[in-house]
Amino acid sequence: MQGESSHAFGLAHHFDSFDQQREASYLGMWVFLVTEIMFFGGLFTAYVVYRSGQGAAFAIGSHELDIVLGSINTAVLIGSSLTMALAVWAAQTGRRKAIVAFILATILLGGLFLGIKVVEYSAKFEHHLVPGPNFHWQGPEAPGVEMFFNLYFLMTGLHAAHMVIGIGILLVVAILAWRGSFSPENHNLVEGIGLYWHFVDIVWIFLFPLLYLLGRNIQV
Amino acid sequence: MSEYITPIRTYLAVFLALMALTTITVAVAFLELGPFNDIAAMGIAITKACLVVLYFMHVRHSSRLTKMVVVAGFLWLFILIAFIMSDYLTRGMISLQGPIG
Repeated sequence: MQGESSHAFGLAHHFDSFDQQREASYLGMWVFLVTEIMFFGGLFTAYVVYRSGQGAAFAIGSHELDIVLGSINTAVLIGSSLTMALAVWAAQTGRRKAIVAFILATILLGGLFLGIKVVEYSAKFEHHLVPGPNFHWQGPEAPGVEMFFNLYFLMTGLHAAHMVIGIGILLVVAILAWRGSFSPENHNLVEGIGLYWHFVDIVWIFLFPLLYLLGRNIQV
Repeated sequence: MSEYITPIRTYLAVFLALMALTTITVAVAFLELGPFNDIAAMGIAITKACLVVLYFMHVRHSSRLTKMVVVAGFLWLFILIAFIMSDYLTRGMISLQGPIG
């Protein structure tokens, strides 16, 4: 595109070429994701600090979580990352309907994840495991167990909030894709929401072992 | 330099690897390995995260500048956790004598 007097459709006037525009878009998204790493990082650090002092209470806490639902949700989220990656592939190769189909599949799997999360949360309410006045646990480890559930709800809650926002943006991107807004040269929005979605997947990849798996080998 | 297009079979291979690693990490969690339970769980999680970053997020074929931003992001998280734990894990290891103790 360099040297031409008029700009191609979809190329912003302050960029010389689609390559430059794409590079700026991906880099900008990654800079945002780095701030997200530190956002979740504070909670991960809090988890590491409290678990280092109260390992026994955290083992009790992880035994209270539903490992079957947690494992299914991990598979569902990895599946949604695959469909998201395929949506980007469809955009790169100019397949308009395939972009929409793969994004809708991603939304569906994301919704399934949140639905399973609702089932897990409501069970915690019924078992009086939500921190606060109704939290109920017998035994000397009660304060540590309550701290485990504080971190459980904060970390999975922040993660779920990211998924709700992601699904909202995916809906908008699906409509834009249906209208034919993306081309093999310009599909930065699809790649951008893809990077966000995969990042949310990575957060869960760490949340799942930390909350559901560590301490499973210990008898409580 | 146009964009690198990852072939579908790469995506499928990464997906299958992620599912296999998930199965392994659940199975390993029930074994009695002492401190290696934590190491195995985190090792598998980091491996899975690397697969997602490199292939699903295309960092393997990204520019050096993007790679540097990604590495810096995770490095700073490591610094945050490592420096805080160097405090918490060493409390009480040194008994201070004299005016401060």
